[in-house]
Amino acid sequence: MLKTFAKGGVHPAECKYSEDSRIEILPLPKTVSIPIAQHIGAPAKAIVAKGDKVKVGDKIAESSGFVSANIHSSVSGTVAKIDDILDSTGYKRPCIVIDVEGDEWNETIDRSPELRREINLTDKEIIAKINLAGIVGLGGATFPSHVKLSIPDGKKINVLIINGVECEPYLTSDHRLMVEKAEEMLVGIQILMKALSVNRALIGIENNKPDAIAHLTNLVKNYPGIEVHALKVQYPQGGEKQLIKALINREVPSGGLPLDVGAVVHNVGTAFAVYEATQKNKPLFERVVTVTGQLVSKPSNLLVRIGTPVSNLIEAAGGLPEDTGKIINGGPMMGKAVNSLEVPVTKGTSGILIMSESESKRKKEATCIRCAKCVSACPQGLEPYLLKKQAQLEKNDTLEQSGVMDCIECGSCSFTCPAGLPLLDYIRLGKSRVSKIIRSRKQ
Amino acid sequence: MSTTLLFTIISLSALGAISAIILYFVAQKFKVYEDPRIDLVTEALPAANCGGCGYPGCRGLAEAMVKADDISSFYCPVGGNDVMATVAKILGKEAIAKEPLVAVVRCSGSFAKRPRLNEYDGATSCIISSSLYSGETGCQYGCLGMGDCVAVCKFDAIYMDKETGLPVVIDDKCTACGACVKACPNRIIELRKKNKKDRKIFVSCVNKDKGGIAKKACEVACIGCGKCVKVCPYEAITLENFLAYIDPNKCKLCRKCVEECPTGAILEINFPPRKEKEGDAENTETSKTGKKENE
Repeated sequence: MLKTFAKGGVHPAECKYSEDSRIEILPLPKTVSIPIAQHIGAPAKAIVAKGDKVKVGDKIAESSGFVSANIHSSVSGTVAKIDDILDSTGYKRPCIVIDVEGDEWNETIDRSPELRREINLTDKEIIAKINLAGIVGLGGATFPSHVKLSIPDGKKINVLIINGVECEPYLTSDHRLMVEKAEEMLVGIQILMKALSVNRALIGIENNKPDAIAHLTNLVKNYPGIEVHALKVQYPQGGEKQLIKALINREVPSGGLPLDVGAVVHNVGTAFAVYEATQKNKPLFERVVTVTGQLVSKPSNLLVRIGTPVSNLIEAAGGLPEDTGKIINGGPMMGKAVNSLEVPVTKGTSGILIMSESESKRKKEATCIRCAKCVSACPQGLEPYLLKKQAQLEKNDTLEQSGVMDCIECGSCSFTCPAGLPLLDYIRLGKSRVSKIIRSRKQ
Repeated sequence: MSTTLLFTIISLSALGAISAIILYFVAQKFKVYEDPRIDLVTEALPAANCGGCGYPGCRGLAEAMVKADDISSFYCPVGGNDVMATVAKILGKEAIAKEPLVAVVRCSGSFAKRPRLNEYDGATSCIISSSLYSGETGCQYGCLGMGDCVAVCKFDAIYMDKETGLPVVIDDKCTACGACVKACPNRIIELRKKNKKDRKIFVSCVNKDKGGIAKKACEVACIGCGKCVKVCPYEAITLENFLAYIDPNKCKLCRKCVEECPTGAILEINFPPRKEKEGDAENTETSKTGKKENE
């Protein structure tokens, strides 16, 4: 019996079309537009101006607070402009646009392919380096990683959890990374363990990736303290609260963080980025993106420079299919449709999913018959139908009492609703209203 | 048998009498005094409970007004000056008279004028749509067309025009309670002076993009050219972020700006048709759109 989390969850069709495609390097685009807000927290401040020459890996925007991240140039060339450009949020936001000229890297970056195992930095130095490299959570939430590693006084961490679950259907970027860059990733995990001063790390992988599980299980024999655990395939196991429950059977309290149960969760992609930042001096300016979908002629996993327009990725995967109805940034459950092909790839883009016209249409809304399927699907033990009604009626106090702030926005409720109700849409609205109230109360 | 009955009646009556006496004294002791004027004022108010005054319902406003020494800061937009005068009489205080307002929709980006670039498929609500992305058109400031304003209006004074996809305010029914102004996530709706014969001139656009981008997204966008600012003899028009705004307090309804606007973003409503000048096709068209907007 494989481990999984206790409450709720759903199992959508896996559709991992690109799981066997090796990671390919996407050719450089002509221009990149790099948004200055690619992470949760304060947007970075641009430190370059129009006409400046930049090299790959040069810092172009500086973190503007503790919860913020540096942004580096992903190409070499000239800064064309700093302007508002439509990005994956669906709005025009400030971006640094760079015209690509050649591919000249910053001299400090070690471009040699060999593995560097020895870790000769102290924990403080590791965190500082991660901060400098602008690393954020690459699972999709884009929370600055150095914040997660800076443990507040009085908290004790005894386990590091590495998220290799990739529970979103279609996406395979983490899967490929675990197969192809396993050694680098494991060194990255060791670095993270040193930064947190823990001697145990658990890698959770869903059972639909047997090659990754076998490969890593074989390799961890040489890495003391690191264990690989196969997990039952169940969405949303990649949510950190669900993963903690599945792996170490601890429950993160309502309103709490994994810190409160002595755990820190990082994604496998983040572990790889940490390896590159600390061992190779390479800041975060490229990532693996899955381009997939039923209609896509060549589902691929591409190593993409941040700021590349989505159209370039789709071109590399065989071009835009004729019957395209929707292009989603991320997976089908939590991703968000984009409204232009020129939207740039950001640090949080784990996949580009192309759906056909018929696949992408929502079900027609019917009336709620209180079947409570959403209640049994909710991994956080909430009552989505009730939260939706309360959000619609703007009952903000009852909404808070009903635990709306515990919602992880996984979308299991909307997925399972036989009436096709937009449950999550309203819950998210209620959540944003309640969080505004909570913030103003604190002030 | 009859003694049991008698005993029951007597004991229950006695219990009732004793309870009544206790309750009487308790009620006297814990009596809450309520100003009788609150009821009078509540009766005078329109009982719409719309919240347009900023208080929770008409009774909330009545309580606040009875308590306050000076009621000049209170105003019931639904009842207007007449109701405020009645309330002032009841309370023996001075009420202020305000010029009546009406809601205007500052977006003319109909289906014909503003091409749809994509299709929104989520929950039918402007605020949810706006939390997800900038909307179906190239203009991220304009009307989203999902009708949040219609849903909140308690007076049926606003409806969605199916042909244009834009909300239309029925001036006679609008009480200027401001519910639609608050409901619109893009802040398109504004309360403006009603003026004589409901005549209004306003910039029917809220697009803050540069002229070229705005014009590309919508034919009737304000492109921030500043021609209206120059032509206005009363300095009523200001230009900020490529968007003109007509100050209703300074505007004397001369209509010069309407003629000057190259995109037809400035609307004139409820004016008599202009005298035909030679080659003035554009003007007649703008006044037509203005009229249509109001119908």
